Amino acid sequence: MRFELTPRTNASTMMRVFASVAAFITAFLIAGFVIWLMGRSPIAAFDVYVLQPLSDPWSLQELVVKATPMALIAIGLAYCFRANLWNIGAEGQYVIGAVLGGWLALRTHGSDAGFWVLPLMLLLGVIGGALWGLIPAFLKTRFGVNEILTSLMLVYVAQLILDYLVRGPWRDPKGFNFPQSVTFDPSATLHPIFEGGRVHYGAVFAAIAVLVTAIILGRTLFGYRLKLTGDAPRAARFAGFSSKATTLAVFAISGGLAGLAGILEVSGQIGQLQPSISPGYGFTAITVAFLGRLNPVGILVASLVVALTFIGGESAQIMLKLPLDLTQAFQGILLMCVLAADAMVSYRIRFATRGGGK
Amino acid sequence: MKADVPPSGPPLVELKGISKRYGDLLANDGIDLSIEPGEKHALLGENGAGKSTLVKILYGVIEPSAGEIRWDGRPVTIGSPVEARALGLGMVFQHFSLFDELSVAENIAVALSSDWSLSTVREKLGEISRTYGLALDADRAVWTLSAGERQRIEIVRCLLQNPRLLILDEPTSVLTPQEAEHLFTTLDRLSAEGCSILYISHKLEEVRRLCRRATILRAGRVVATIDPRASSAREIAALMVGNAVGEVRSDAPHHPQGEALRVSNLSLPPAGLHGQALRDINLVARAGEIVGIAGVAGNGQSELFAALSGERLADHPDAIAINGKPSGAMGIDARRRLGAAFVPEERLGHSAAPTHRLSENTLISHAATEVSRSGFILMNAAKRVARSIVQSFDVRTPEGDPQARKLSGGNLQKFVIGREIIRKPKLLIVDQPTWGVDAGAARLIRQALVDLAREGSAVVVVSQDLDELFEVADRMAVIHQGTLSPLKPIGEWTKEAVGLKMLGVSQAQGGAHAL
Repeated sequence: MRFELTPRTNASTMMRVFASVAAFITAFLIAGFVIWLMGRSPIAAFDVYVLQPLSDPWSLQELVVKATPMALIAIGLAYCFRANLWNIGAEGQYVIGAVLGGWLALRTHGSDAGFWVLPLMLLLGVIGGALWGLIPAFLKTRFGVNEILTSLMLVYVAQLILDYLVRGPWRDPKGFNFPQSVTFDPSATLHPIFEGGRVHYGAVFAAIAVLVTAIILGRTLFGYRLKLTGDAPRAARFAGFSSKATTLAVFAISGGLAGLAGILEVSGQIGQLQPSISPGYGFTAITVAFLGRLNPVGILVASLVVALTFIGGESAQIMLKLPLDLTQAFQGILLMCVLAADAMVSYRIRFATRGGGK
Repeated sequence: MKADVPPSGPPLVELKGISKRYGDLLANDGIDLSIEPGEKHALLGENGAGKSTLVKILYGVIEPSAGEIRWDGRPVTIGSPVEARALGLGMVFQHFSLFDELSVAENIAVALSSDWSLSTVREKLGEISRTYGLALDADRAVWTLSAGERQRIEIVRCLLQNPRLLILDEPTSVLTPQEAEHLFTTLDRLSAEGCSILYISHKLEEVRRLCRRATILRAGRVVATIDPRASSAREIAALMVGNAVGEVRSDAPHHPQGEALRVSNLSLPPAGLHGQALRDINLVARAGEIVGIAGVAGNGQSELFAALSGERLADHPDAIAINGKPSGAMGIDARRRLGAAFVPEERLGHSAAPTHRLSENTLISHAATEVSRSGFILMNAAKRVARSIVQSFDVRTPEGDPQARKLSGGNLQKFVIGREIIRKPKLLIVDQPTWGVDAGAARLIRQALVDLAREGSAVVVVSQDLDELFEVADRMAVIHQGTLSPLKPIGEWTKEAVGLKMLGVSQAQGGAHAL
């Protein structure tokens, strides 16, 4: 038996919305089944994973805090993925952004440096991430090296650089030999939007990124250029769009946004440099980008959903003794369900029982 | 005008009331067709008339919505190409499905069932090659072969399975006149041996050369079954298109003046493994004239197009001058701003993005149009431009602003050519303007090219269709292995001379020099 996909000509918006909802329900059913196999109550798990975080103000804030870096990175990745360029190394660009921005915080530590420190740190974060992203782009345009491999390998290089710095030259001398830098001065710290709250100004940057990207991708020639490069590369060249320039531009943009996410996280959440500054935001953002269908608003929603699984996963670990791996498994199930639903809206599936005669 | 072929026994294939519905579109509407054993039957029709659908139904690729197929008088269901081949159907597609890096024998072996070993294939291949005069070297890699040779592989692949009906879809679109004649001889021979042929084509002359019976489709229905030799080309074309087809008129006397394009000593190394180098190309196109470039595919046409359009830059700026400005080092956008326009050979993927709407596709030649301002897309302007192209060039669309891939080949070609012509370029360079396009669309496109030249633009037409070049060109040259022959007025060429040049034969006996 084989099955064929034939393109549907009349896929409506309603069908797409319905398919997304169906995908979520299916993902929850599959996850519930897995939890049931593990001997826990799926209903209790749903309560802990979804209902409790959404009904608790502290968790709601935490949701925004966690969604911010993922949204920023995923929006940057949307530029790359739309042009069919595969930046898998956002995690590394995130780290280098944090390192370069963090350098200024450490350099000005203890001085009376003024208000300019924080903006400059953010700028350095963007530059750091963009430069790190440009390495695979340069290798691809100059030597034809596959960007998937180089961008991924540079993640490990970036992580080792950070590791070296916080264990070596940047280690806090009064930190009892813990591998971490000094705590940033208030002038180098991003403050919460509300007094005593958890949500910091990073969320504003994410919101701006969503808005600006929606305009760029939907309304500008540059946005069309990415779409054309991704959908019909020869037509893009025929349109006069240089593929090299496109590659460099999208890697710089996505690297810059990942770097910004890195420095925002360090200066707004962690407050110092340490060996681990991300629970894999750079990789999870790939999932987020596709869950959001490479659409800025979709990505914003997807980042909140994925943040929910992170938070729910943590409490499930505590309250139900469910392993944290289950969270990643669920993120994977969700992505597969959404992609499958997408395929079923775009294509009609036909099962053909007649086999090929030998 | 029914043709009288006396049937002896049941026909080999009989289609009765075949219909195929796609949503609101009736691609085939109650089609009746029968083919006698050993008959050479032509299937004629415009693009979108339902020929491909019908043939795919016959070959088991798609299922009919209604109707019956009889084979040897017995009703059959053909569920897949495998079943079609088992019945005795063979098909040579318009686009070859061959692996470039594999040898001829390997390419044939992969398409056959697993009980064929490579050595049996090689043996059989030699046998068939000798019998039918289809010379093929079993161990040559496919990428080294000409289009004609590649087609032979496809034909041999079918013949190995002893077909009783051979279907050929536009087989001569990539062949030289000599290669085509050779193909016809082979088909005559097969038919004499009892193999039926279903021959799909737009070219009336060859249908007349080959077939005694032709079924003409229009808008999914059979409009006539005729003897093509008993009707004039004009009558047949009128049946296909539905209204009388006029010839392209180029009445107004014209006096070309001013060089819109000058190519001087342009040489380029091959771009890739299978590319063709360009050697010392010289060419002048003046305002008001159409320059034709003939040649068999793969002789440097696409390389020449890339160099002229600026998709590939020349080695020095003076190699190409557009409207007097050295532009060899300019990209395609800069050349567009100098007043040049380009239409490449591939419609889907090169001229147009298949999944983008027509309005978005107008953005592809944005550099010289009004569809964007300071980096922002003017979507309303783009929609307006798309609408006016659709109206001016009679582009038939299934909906208001459809994706490019939803248009039939002829309609999309009208659109991409219209997109360039509508902005009245000073110079238009077009590669294979009517490749695989139906008669009606081809006529409209040629007329548009002629009109553009009469209004004072220079037009360069690269084409494999000699009839087309003889119809529209004022001067013509032939490209062979990256070298361009001198341009001569069209009156000084004969078809034979061009055919020989296309094959690279020196024309001691050609008699083309009517100087």
